[in-house]
Amino acid sequence: MSVFERLRTGLRRTAEQLVGRLDGLSAGRAAGGTAVDTLDDLEGILLEADIGVAATGRLLQAARDHRGDEDLRTLVKTELVRVLESPGPAPLIDAKPRVVLVVGVNGTGKTTTVGRLARLLTLSGDQLVICAADTFRAAAVEQLEVWAKRVDADFIRARPGSDPAAVVFDAITAGKARGRDVVLVDTAGRLHTRANLMDELDKIRRVAGRAVAGAPHETLLVLDATVGQNGLAQARAFLETAGVTGVVLTKLDGTAKGGIAVAIASELGVPIRYVGVGEQLDDLVPFSATEYVDALFEPVW
Amino acid sequence: MPVCRWAGGHNDRVIPPWGLFMFASLSDRLQAVFASVRRETRLTPASVETALREIRLALLEADVNFKVVKAFIDRVRDRAVDRAVLESLTPTQQVVAIVRDELLALMGEGQPGLSSSKQRPQVVMLLGLQGAGKTTTTVKLARWLGEHGRHPLVVSTDVRRPAAIEQLGVLAAEASVRVHEPDHGTQVVARAEGAVEMAKSFGFDVVLIDTAGRLHVDDELMGELDALKAAVEPSDLLYVADAMTGQDAIKSAGEFHRRLGISGVVLSKMDGDARGGAALSVVSVVGVPVSFIGDGERLQDLQPFHPDRLVSRILGMGDVLSLVEKAEQVVTPEEATRLERKIRGNDFTLQDMRDQLKTVSRMGPLDRLMGMVPGMGQMASQMPTEIDPKALSHTMAMIDSMTPRERSHYQVIDGSRRKRIASGSGTTVQDVNRLLKQFMEMRRMLRAVGGASRSRKKKGGRRRAMPAGPRFPVR
Repeated sequence: MSVFERLRTGLRRTAEQLVGRLDGLSAGRAAGGTAVDTLDDLEGILLEADIGVAATGRLLQAARDHRGDEDLRTLVKTELVRVLESPGPAPLIDAKPRVVLVVGVNGTGKTTTVGRLARLLTLSGDQLVICAADTFRAAAVEQLEVWAKRVDADFIRARPGSDPAAVVFDAITAGKARGRDVVLVDTAGRLHTRANLMDELDKIRRVAGRAVAGAPHETLLVLDATVGQNGLAQARAFLETAGVTGVVLTKLDGTAKGGIAVAIASELGVPIRYVGVGEQLDDLVPFSATEYVDALFEPVW
Repeated sequence: MPVCRWAGGHNDRVIPPWGLFMFASLSDRLQAVFASVRRETRLTPASVETALREIRLALLEADVNFKVVKAFIDRVRDRAVDRAVLESLTPTQQVVAIVRDELLALMGEGQPGLSSSKQRPQVVMLLGLQGAGKTTTTVKLARWLGEHGRHPLVVSTDVRRPAAIEQLGVLAAEASVRVHEPDHGTQVVARAEGAVEMAKSFGFDVVLIDTAGRLHVDDELMGELDALKAAVEPSDLLYVADAMTGQDAIKSAGEFHRRLGISGVVLSKMDGDARGGAALSVVSVVGVPVSFIGDGERLQDLQPFHPDRLVSRILGMGDVLSLVEKAEQVVTPEEATRLERKIRGNDFTLQDMRDQLKTVSRMGPLDRLMGMVPGMGQMASQMPTEIDPKALSHTMAMIDSMTPRERSHYQVIDGSRRKRIASGSGTTVQDVNRLLKQFMEMRRMLRAVGGASRSRKKKGGRRRAMPAGPRFPVR
C-alpha cells in the first residue's frame, strides 16, 4: 500500500472514530454526533491555517464552554475576531516626524512592504522620507529607490557597508529639517536567532530615539503568510529586541493563511496592521479582522 | 543543545551541531514522552493514549501537516494497543520501535542526492516560492557536485527579481563555479538552452538552472516552468522549500509536483530554530523525497538527506550509521575487529576506553559525535555550551595513571586507589568517580549493543534490523 493510500485509509478511520480523538473533549459533550464533527472540522481548519495547537485549543475551548444556540463555526469566528481585535486599534501618534521601522527575517518581503506602505501613506496625505538601512543585501537599496521614485518621496540611502544606525540617524535628521510627516525605515533581513544582528537592530532603535524623542514610534514585523509555528518564535524575539508594535502579513495571495498571526495576537498581544495580497503597488491593505476570519474559513482549493 | 560559535563578520552566529539542528525540540519532546512511558513496566491503553497525545502535540508544533499527524497517530495506536505489544515484556521499547517505523514510513524511501541519470549534461532545475532560497541552493549544490567529481555549470533564468542574476554571479564566483551569462538574454528558455549548449561544447557534465520564485497559484508563471522543462528536459526537478514553512507546504509543493513532477525537495534554512515538520508532510503527502538539506549560510552548508538517520536522531536512538561512517575513516579494520570481539565478549576495559577516546579525538568535534551515539542525545543536550576539549585529555591522563590491573579490572579501584589516580593525573577524586561511572555506563550500553548485533546477525539485514530490533537499547 502506498503512503498516500495509507494516509487516506488513516483519515477515513479517523473520521469513523472521531469521538475519543479530540483532545480534552469530554465524553458528555461528545454524545451529540454532529457537534463533534463540526468541532473536528473546525480544529482542522484552524490547524491547517497555522494557528497552532495552543491557540486552536483555546478557541475550541471557548466554543465548547459556550452554551448557546449559535453553531460552532459562528462561535469560533466571533472568538477569532475578538482575539484579533483585542490588542486594540493603533494608537494615534502626533510626533513629527513619525518614525516607522520595518523588520523581519530574510525573504519575507520587507522592502516591497516599505514601498507599498509609502504609497498608502502618501495617498493619505503624508509627506515621507524613505530610509534604506539594508546595507547588507546586494541591490536592496536600488530596489527601494525605485519605490521611492514612484511615490515621489525623499530617499536617504546608505553607503554600502556603512552602519545602518548612522543612516537612520541621517534620515530622521533630514526628515526633521524638511518638516516631513513620516520617516519609513527598511532594515536588512535577519534570522531572529542571530544575536549580533538582533543587537544591530537594538542599536538602530537607540540611535533613532536620540534623533527624535520616542522613536521609533512604530515597529512593523513583516511575516510571510506561509510561515508555520516558527513565526511565533520570530515575533517573540523581535518583540523583545525591537519592540514590535504590529505585524504585516505578506504573500496572502497564495493558499497560505498566515494563521500564526492569530497566535501572535493571542499570545503576545501584537496586532496585525496590514496585509499584502498581491504583486501590485496598491496590494497592501489595512487589516480587517472580519474579512480575514472569513477568508480563513474559505477553502482556496 | 550544544552549540559552537562561528566567528566572522556578518555571519557571526550560533550554529547548532549538524543533525541536531531543528528537530531538536521535536526530539526532546518525544524523548520526554518515552521517558515517561518507560517508567511503566506494563503498558495500558490509557498510558499509550497519553503518549500519543504528547506525540501529536509535538508533531503539530513542529509544523507537520495535521492530516498527516492524524493518520500517523492512528497507525501508531492501532499497532501499539495490540495485545501482543501490551503484554510483551518490553512494551515501551516496542512502542518506540513502532513510532520509529511509522516515522520512517512517513519520510519515504527515496534516495538522497541527485538521480543517477546517464544524461550528459545532466540538467537540474531548481524551483520554489519567492524567498525560499533557490539562488543560494543552486550555488551550494554546484559546489557540492564539484566536490564529488562533477563539472557543474549554473545559469539564472530569474529575469524578474532585480539583481537575482547578479546574486547568482557573485555567489558562484565565491564558490569558483562557472556561470553561463549570455550578453543580452532576457528570454527564460533561451538562457537555459544556451547553458545546455555551452555545457555540451565545453564539457560540463551537469547544468543547474535557477528559476524565478513564483506562487503555485500563478498560472502564467507556472506555464513558464512547463515551457522551460519541455525545452531542456531536466533529469531532476528540485523543489526548494523553506524549513520555516507551515501547513501550506503540502499545497504549494503538491501543486508544483502536479504541474511539473518534481523529483526531490531541498529543505533550506535548517539552521534556524524552525522544526521543519513540513519536510515530513511534503514527503508523505506529495510523495517526493527530501534530497538535500541546507543548514547554514556558508556555501558548504548543504548535505544529502538521510531519513533513517534523522528518524533515529528524533527518537534519541542515535545516528549509528553516520557514526560508523566517520569511524571507518579513522579506525583500521584490525582495530575494529578487535573491538567488536571485545564488545561481543563483554570484556571492554578501561584500556579499551582509552584507545577509543584516542580514536574519537581523531574523528572530529565531540559535540557533533555525541548526538550520533545511542542514548547520548539527551546527555548532549545537558552539556554546557562548549565542551571543554581538555576533558578528553584529562580522562586519558586518569587512565594513564592507573596500573595495568586497574585498567583491566575496574572493580579493584577502591577509595585509596582513586586518591592515588587523582593525584597522579592532576585531577580530583570526584573526577575519577565520574570517569568510572561513565565507564560502567558505557559497558552497560555496549553490552546491549553486543546483544543487538547478535540479533542483527540472525535477521540478516543490518541496516534495518540494527536500530529497529527490539533489543536495541532504548533506555
